[in-house]
Formats: sequence, C-alpha cells, structure tokens
Amino acid sequence: MSLFKKSAAELQELLHSKEVTIADLAQEAYDRIDAVDGEVGAFLALNKENALAQAKEMDEVPFEKRGPLYGLPIGIKDNIVTEGLETTCASKILEGFNPIYNATVVEKLKEAGMVTIGKLNMDEFAMGSATENSAIKPVHNPWNFAHVPGGSSGGSAAAVAAGEVPFSLGSDTGGSIRQPAAYCGVVGMKPTYGRVSRYGLVAFASSLDQIGPITRNVRDNALILETIAGVDEHDSTSANVEVPHYVDQLTGDIRGLKVAVPKEYLAEGVSDGVRKVVLAAIDQLKELGATVDEVSLPHSKYALAAYYILSSSEASSNLSRFDGIRYGYQAKASNLDELYTKTRAEGFGDEVKRRIMLGTYSLSAGTYDAYYKKAQQVRTLIKQDFDQVFEKYDVIVGPTTPTTAFKLGENIDDPMTVYANDILTVPINLAGVPAISIPCGFDNGLPVGLQIIGKYFEEGTVYRVADVFEQATDFHEKTPQTWEVK
Amino acid sequence: MNYETVIGLEVHVELKTKSKIFSPSPNQFGSEPNTNTSVIDLGYPGVLPVVNKEVVNYGMRAALALNMHINKQTKFDRKNYFYPDNPKAYQISQFDKPIGEHGWIEIEVGEEKKRIGITRIHMEEDAGKLFHGKNSSLIDFNRQGTPLLEIVSEPDMRTPEEAYAYLEKLKAIIQYTGVSDVRMEEGSLRCDANISIRPYGQKEFGVKTELKNLNSFSFVRKGLEYEEQRQAAVLNAGGEIKQETRRFDEKTGKTILMRVKEGTDDYRYFPEPDLVDIVIDDEWLEREKALIPELPDARKERYVSEFGLPAYDAHVLTLSKETADFFEATVATGADAKLSSNWLMGEVSAYLNAEQKELSETALTPEGLGGMIKLISAGTISSKIAKKVFKELVTNGGDAEKIVKEKGLVQISDEGALLKMVTEVLDNNAQSIEDFKNGKDRAIGYLVGQIMKASRGQANPQLVNKLLLQEIQKR
Repeated sequence: MSLFKKSAAELQELLHSKEVTIADLAQEAYDRIDAVDGEVGAFLALNKENALAQAKEMDEVPFEKRGPLYGLPIGIKDNIVTEGLETTCASKILEGFNPIYNATVVEKLKEAGMVTIGKLNMDEFAMGSATENSAIKPVHNPWNFAHVPGGSSGGSAAAVAAGEVPFSLGSDTGGSIRQPAAYCGVVGMKPTYGRVSRYGLVAFASSLDQIGPITRNVRDNALILETIAGVDEHDSTSANVEVPHYVDQLTGDIRGLKVAVPKEYLAEGVSDGVRKVVLAAIDQLKELGATVDEVSLPHSKYALAAYYILSSSEASSNLSRFDGIRYGYQAKASNLDELYTKTRAEGFGDEVKRRIMLGTYSLSAGTYDAYYKKAQQVRTLIKQDFDQVFEKYDVIVGPTTPTTAFKLGENIDDPMTVYANDILTVPINLAGVPAISIPCGFDNGLPVGLQIIGKYFEEGTVYRVADVFEQATDFHEKTPQTWEVK
Repeated sequence: MNYETVIGLEVHVELKTKSKIFSPSPNQFGSEPNTNTSVIDLGYPGVLPVVNKEVVNYGMRAALALNMHINKQTKFDRKNYFYPDNPKAYQISQFDKPIGEHGWIEIEVGEEKKRIGITRIHMEEDAGKLFHGKNSSLIDFNRQGTPLLEIVSEPDMRTPEEAYAYLEKLKAIIQYTGVSDVRMEEGSLRCDANISIRPYGQKEFGVKTELKNLNSFSFVRKGLEYEEQRQAAVLNAGGEIKQETRRFDEKTGKTILMRVKEGTDDYRYFPEPDLVDIVIDDEWLEREKALIPELPDARKERYVSEFGLPAYDAHVLTLSKETADFFEATVATGADAKLSSNWLMGEVSAYLNAEQKELSETALTPEGLGGMIKLISAGTISSKIAKKVFKELVTNGGDAEKIVKEKGLVQISDEGALLKMVTEVLDNNAQSIEDFKNGKDRAIGYLVGQIMKASRGQANPQLVNKLLLQEIQKR
C-alpha cells in the first residue's frame, strides 16, 4: 500500500518506528510524481534538491522536538509565493519568477517542519473551474484522465487524489478548493475569510480569496488548517480570532446537530446522479443523529452574477501590476504604451483577459453603479441569507458541485457553462463563511462531493460533522487508477 | 471687459512619519536610489499593504488644525492607472470617505480678513520618481509609499494674492502641527492650482485650467497672475477657454499648454479590499486634539495682547513656527519684545534670505540675540555696533556681552573722551562749522560721521550730537 494513503498520524508512527525516514517520504513523493505526473500534470516547479537535503537534515532532529506534521511532504499551489522556488500562477506573464520572500502560510508550514515538494498547477491566476486555463499544461482527473480535475486548484486536488503528495494547499475564491476536491474525491476546506493570512497569496479577488488545505481525510485537514491559521500583522484582513485545536473538536458525535439543506442547492441544474448521492449522504447524517430541515437561501440565484462582477472587478485591479516593468515577462516594445499592451496581450491567457475586461467595465464611471455597486448590495443580501439560517442551524449541507467532473475540452469554448459550475460554491465566498467538501459517493465512477458550510470561524463544527460522516463511510479510502502505477 | 478670478488650490503635503504609509520601509528624503524599498513598495506579487497608524494620527492632527470635520469611519480606495512610477498600477488613496471634510482657514490680505473653505483632506501614498535619459528611463522607488495628505480648497480665492496668503497660512498651520516639514524645495509641499474667470455678477464658474510645476509660492502667484490675464485676453478676443493642464515656465513667467482634458479621467475608484475600514473613536480623536499646539492665529493674537506688538509684526513672526518659537525664547531672556521683533523681521530675515538658510542652520541662538538686544537697550552698544555683533553671533555664535568686550566694541558714552574727539574734529573742519552756521544742516551729518570714524563707530551717537551742537555754539 502506498505510503500516502496513510494519515499524518500513521506516517508519524512509521517515522517513529524508523520504518521510514523523512527523506524516504520526500523521495516517495518524487517517485510518485515520476510515475504518474506525466499523465496527471499536477506539478509545475519541483523543489527536489532542496527538499531531499532538508529532509535528510530533519531526520537528525529528535522526536520530542517534532510536531504532528514534522517531516511530512506537502505541495503548494503555484499562486502562493515560495522564496527561491519559481512561482508563476500558471501564467506566461510570471514565467521564471523566483520570489524573494515566503508567503505567511509557507513560513508557518516551514516552522511546523513540513517539506515542500513542489508547486501545483492551476488555472492561470486561479481563474477557472477545470485547470484547463493553465498556460503551462492541463491537469487530468486521476479518476479518469479524460475528465478535468476541477479548478482552479486542480493540481492541488489531483496531486493528493493521485497519491503524489498526501497534502496540499489550494486557494479558494469562488470554489477553487472545494470544487476540485469534489471532482477528485478528496477533502478540501475553504476557511472563514480572514482565518488564514493572504500575505504571499498572489491576489485574484482580495475580498474573496482564502488559502486552505486539501487532504485525504478530515483529521489531517484540521491539523493543517490549525497550523496555517491565525492573525497576521502583514494582512489587515486576517482576523484576530483565536485558533482552536480543531482536532480536539472531532468528538465523533453529531447527535442533536441541526442541519439545514437549502432547496436552492438541490434544484434544477443539479444532476440526478449527484442529487441521489447527496440525498443519501444527508440521510446518513440523520442516521448519525442530526436533525435535517429544508431551508431557503433566496438570493442564491443572484450569487453567480454578483460573484463574477466583484471578483473580476478586483482582479482587473490586482492584475494591473503585471506590466512588464519590474518582474516577469516583458515584451519587446519601442515605447511605453506598446510595452504595456504587448506584455499583457502576450503574457495573459484568454480567460484572464476576459475577466480583466469584465472587471474594468464593471468599475468604469458609467457602469459602476449598475454593476459593481449593485453586486456589493447583492453580496450583503447573500450574507443576510446565511445569517438567518445560521440563527437556527449549526451547518448547511448540500452538493459541492451540480455535476461530477466534465470532460477536458467539453466546455472550453463555453465559459458561461463553466461559470455556472460554481453556482453552489460562490455564495459561500460572498458570505465569507467556511465550507468543506468531502467525498460522499460516486456517480458513473467519478467522485461526488458533499459540501458542509459552517458559521463564521466555526471550522471546528464543520470538521466535526465531516469527520463523523467520514468515520461512518469509506468513500475517502477509495483510490483511483493512478495508485496502481508503479 | 473685467472679469472675476476664481481660484482653488490642491496641496500635497508629505508626512514625516518614520516609516512609509503601507510598509515598514524608512520614510527618508535623499537616500541612495531604491534603498528605502521593500517587496511591498515594489508591488511584488502577493504583498499586502498595512496602514501605518501614525499616518492616520498625523492626518487627523492636520485635519483638526484646519477646522475640519473628522470622518469617524474612514477608508482607503484604489485609484487605478498605469505608469512606471506606480508599481501596483493603482494608488491607494481615499475617495468618498476622506479623513477630514468641510474645513477652513482665515487669511489676511491687506487689512481684509477672509475665510477660505477646505473641501477635503485625504491620505494617500506617493509614487516613485522617474529619471529620463537619452535611451532609457530609470525609476527610483524610494518615494513610493511616502505618506501624503492631499488638501483640496474650495474655489474661494479671488486673487493670486489670496492664493499666496492661503498657501502661507496653510503651510504655517501644518508646520505648527509638526506633521510635515512643508518644504517646497524638497517636495514635501506641492501645489497645483485651478483657475477660471467669469464676468462679475455671473454665478456659474468659467471653464478652469489647471496649473502645474509651481515650485514656490511666488511662482504660484506669478502663474496665476499670468493665467488670469491670458484667459481674459482669450475671452476678450472672442475665444473660449478650454479645460486643460498648463505648465508654469519659471524662465518666462508664462503658462504653457501641457494637455487638453477631454472629459474626466476614469480612475475606476473602488474600496481597497486589502484594508479594513478605520474606525476613529472619541478617545482617539481627543488624544489627537490634545496634541495640537497653539496655532498661528492664536499666537498672533497673543503677541499683540501679551507683547504689545503691532498686528503686522505678530503676523509675520507667526508665519513660521521656527521664527515664532525663536522670538518667544528671545523675549524670555529679558530682551525687549519690539526690538526682538524688529531684529527678527529685519536683520535676521535679510541674512537668512541672502544665505538661503533656515534659522536652525545658523549659529544664532535666542540667548545670543537676546543678550545683544539687552546691550542695545542698556545703551552699551549702538545699533550700528550691534550689526557687527550680530554678524559674529550669526556666524560663530557665542555671548553678545563677551563679543563686545573682546572686540572692544563698547559704546563710548564718556563725555570727557567724546569731547576730546569733538574738539579735534571741529578744529580740523572750520569750513563745516561755517556751512552749518550758514544754514547747511547737512554739515552736521558730516561732522558726526567724522567723529564716528575717529571712534571706530563706538561713540554714542546721541551724545556726540549733543556735544557737537554745544561746541559749535561756542565757536
């Protein structure tokens, strides 16, 4: 059995009993990458030399000085800056860019002793839901290479699903952790906005972006979130709210828990296969002692439009700094205007340009009120929807995505269909609440994700529900074809 | 046709906080290029701004000193535009909730007092600086992130003279609060002017032009004077004023077209999502209020009531905090207030102008000046001698009394000694005595001069006069 099917605790036991070394774990990751990543396409830059050297040194550290994640390998989404390790956001415009500082989360992982294996492929600047917008290469779903892994953290989810690394970090602006986690049958958490520092996360939409872990089980996910969460003096939007020991909150008991199921989340657009699997999962929660009621989040139908306006508006401004002057790709030009236009025309892909145009339009003097401002108002209403439900309920549950992973190339010329895929995840980012996607079954051999949404800063409750479900089922233990590759 | 001029000013003031507005980089003028920078200033991917609280404190202090309403919930916004000195391609500024609104200051032109409204004061970051070579351009990002206050006046000024007075007063107030050096030559105070003209009696404003490159208060005045005439000439010739930006040329004193503005620039302002709103509670507000020192107007009044100075003196002295502080310290040594004022406004000011120096850059101390003035009052030295003493004090410093003694500059008031000199001079100038007796008053001046010369300037002039007249009568 592959090492990476094991939990963090099990891996620590192996280290403790000296059956494996930290160097073995790092080497295992690179062996697995060699074996399968040619077809999966999850990794971009690899940190091999450094990681193996670092692992050897770490093996010398006595066990009493090690934490629960010490020496364990992790992959980092390529929009999180890593000092000295190429960070491109899967964009041509940042080709060869070597950051001179570490993101706060990377520093925290380093402190915890995690070993960075490499950078993970994604939709360019995190814009997309299939990782087909990577300017470097597409990612294939480990469960079926003909299908997409989801996006934008497609590399992060696929790498864990394919057994290349046991853990990864992704980022989620409108579903970019949860949707690929659902498509790839792994556990992905989008924490409360402000829970994890964004310092060093290359901004897509600043008011929506959050970094979160992708893992094979809920407990490990909780462990990593605990490690990366907390207020950061470098990020004014990080919240000064105490980070609990999430693992201690996994009581295994959800008796009396009040679960809300929004009717809008199982409405038209959700495939029969997904609906069936998710309803079964909800029944399972009932069996485990939760009470379940149908509720309404009436403004859900406006969420997608509001999300695409707000996220694109912020992106149009955030991505303006890629101008070819100080770093990254620089086009050949004979004057300043040409330098700007050519650098950006040649450096950005179609989807990025589409969103920059949409955002620029939404923020323009004549359209600001009708688009940006209106979308902000919708955002407030969506927040209120959640607040009202959370007055009475502990968690909200539904499918993470309306369908299972679609085929590569299937929607490539139809951005609206791809956007619609985010319909169940974007309201959560607009509200800022935490949500997880966990495996809850299969439809035609492809994984289905169950989304569990919690109150602000109550990731602990979300993890408890997810853990209870996980303990009662074996979906998370299933592995795709790639695990058989030697 | 005669027109009424309408002027509004936009002033940028650099705050002298230790670090920059959104990064921990040092906020310093005159360092090696690109040394006061960090990944944040350079707009690297992934970086985030964090507000320097001291900037908010300073902004509040300036706003309060300008009689402004403080927005208790204030926020930052992004102003989007591409330019190589603007590394994020947006400037973090304030749009609809600036730190202060609806303020005013009082100016004085001649005998007339007038209140000039201040629309708003907001905090923002400065950009880097470009240097253009023949085949390349270089960027120095040291200035990127320097905290700025933009102070926008109402279009309340009607003459270039009023604009000048407004700037003088604004500079004085900001200087008193201590939040900025307000030195135009170092760029810590910058000014753009908007000017339009309209027929007297017309309510609507005329089309305005914006003047740039105004590098001193005098240039602001000159630029506005030129521009009001230029606009009048255009209108009188049947033309129309276009909304445009014009550059003041220091050499010719004219304004030159830079670019015509077509519509307004769309900066696509939106709330800065990387920062949270700043909520100012009463305690914070009171804390800043308490830190505002006595401001120029209050000091001016006090100088009139406490020291009996003429209003003009009080006005001139209080325009600069440094001068006002120096004045008070001088008077505190026991020196006469009016004499202290005369010296500061006269000899001291002339010296600083000639040498292009600030008071603090000279060796002169309030003790030195005060000591000298006391010697004058006591009749120990004449005003003429005092000028010599002053030169020594301002270049090398020291104690006036000591200088007078060491250099033997004490005024000769001994009648016996003076009489000897008078007699000698009269003996040698019979013609002058004759002239004086024939009604040529000027002759006496010549004789005094001869005596002063003989005494190397140390003779007590009043006494010399008295003795001269007395001795002439005898001849």
